Amino acid sequence: MSTPASSGLVMRAVEVHKRFGRQHVLKGVSLDVMPGETVCIIGTSGSGKTTFLRCINHLEKIDSGSIEVNGHPIGYRKKNGKLVEDSQRNIARQRTEIGFVFQRFNLFPHRTALENVIEAPVHVRGVAKAQAIAEAERLLARVGLGDKKDAYPGKLSGGQQQRVAIARSLAMKPALMLFDEPTSALDPEVTGEVLDVMEELAHEGTTMIVVTHEMGFAKRAADRVVMMDEGVIIEEGPPEHFFESPTHERTKAFLSKIL
Amino acid sequence: MVVASLINWHLVWSRITNPNTVFVHALWATVYISIVAQVLGIVLGLIAALMRMSVFKPLRFLSGLYVLVFRGTPVLVQIMFFWLIIPGRVFDFGAFTLKQEVVAGILALGINEGAYMREIIRAGIDSIDRGQMEAAKSLGMRYGLSMRRVVLPQAARVIVPPLGNEFNNMMKTSSLVYIIGVYELFSDAEQVYSSSFNVAPFVAVAFWYLVLTSIWSFFQALIERKLAVSEHGDELSLRDRAVAIWTEGGGMVRAAWPWRARS
Repeated sequence: MSTPASSGLVMRAVEVHKRFGRQHVLKGVSLDVMPGETVCIIGTSGSGKTTFLRCINHLEKIDSGSIEVNGHPIGYRKKNGKLVEDSQRNIARQRTEIGFVFQRFNLFPHRTALENVIEAPVHVRGVAKAQAIAEAERLLARVGLGDKKDAYPGKLSGGQQQRVAIARSLAMKPALMLFDEPTSALDPEVTGEVLDVMEELAHEGTTMIVVTHEMGFAKRAADRVVMMDEGVIIEEGPPEHFFESPTHERTKAFLSKIL
Repeated sequence: MVVASLINWHLVWSRITNPNTVFVHALWATVYISIVAQVLGIVLGLIAALMRMSVFKPLRFLSGLYVLVFRGTPVLVQIMFFWLIIPGRVFDFGAFTLKQEVVAGILALGINEGAYMREIIRAGIDSIDRGQMEAAKSLGMRYGLSMRRVVLPQAARVIVPPLGNEFNNMMKTSSLVYIIGVYELFSDAEQVYSSSFNVAPFVAVAFWYLVLTSIWSFFQALIERKLAVSEHGDELSLRDRAVAIWTEGGGMVRAAWPWRARS
């Protein structure tokens, strides 16, 4: 449903449902994300926020509803009026538009930081290697790791690995960046260096959806904060509003516990 | 002492120090049959492993049937079977020709090996964190590219040690093709035995097999070292690694890999 109304959006999710067996994890999640916007999704564990994020680049299949990125439906296409799962080729192409940063980094351990970053541009986009390397060096410098480009992930700290992972995603020049609790697996003393990079990205106008427990980051960087609970979005708003005067009881309870 | 006196040591010694042309041919036959059969086994094992992980049920079924049949029946029976069903006398590959019994032997050994390699390769792929495939996919890589560039190179580190042991086995098991008339190391020993009626040629051939497997241990150590170095730097010296593989079949070497302990 690529209507003119949605064409300006980077991401539009409409009534997304997802079940794992008998467990109904997403119960009709709808969310629009505008270009340049940073949306932070918060909520207790098990609220479905990570699952929702994974649905956006089709790491999880949705059961009903629709998700569009840049006006293109993700993972499904219409065939004889029915939605069927899209071809591997199309799904892969759509994913090049969506960067994903994992909680556990998932860097390729057999490749250096630089090789991690150039992998997809060279082998998916077909960018010339020299050009990809130049771009990767620029990105690594931007996340503060210009001097670590030849290090293998095993030799890097968690914070450094996560910054390489961010650079790796940015190398594809995605229209949308998804962050799945990017600092949850990190030691407290290095979360700052990762959040700083993300904050900078947010201020530079990168369109991002961030699942996070870092309320400080949400306050500083988010344009909008979204609270999920038991598979639905129960409240959303600009951070100053959201944190100062939450309306929903569950939000109040959650914030009082976490702040 | 009694046993040693039954061995014609003079004959053993001459079989080791004065290899004749026929022997060299036999040695070469053992080497190339083993290598080609092992490569065939790896290819078939990889295909079967990927089939086993397919979402398409008939492929999984075929893969299971393959392992059931070829792991569940004696390789000697398989060798006879392929020898009997393969037509023709000589196979002309342009650059070289192979006798029918050699082709049958290689096919039987290779297809049999594939059934064992499937499990080794599958275990290797399974050992790689699911997040690796997800990361590759999220970068827009398709299944084949993700496997080739991300999963398999990492799985190789897990696969190589048992693969080395498989090849060690292969060189010894290849002696079975003597039954269909392939002239290789064991046939050569058998030939000499039939004219001497002394156990000496078998003692000598055992020595030669030991030489082959020992040389292979060294190469295996080299390969494992190369794989380990590219990631972490090797804390085992090449000599220690080779000796470990030689005398303990590689198990110890694997345990010493730091990245395995981590995962």
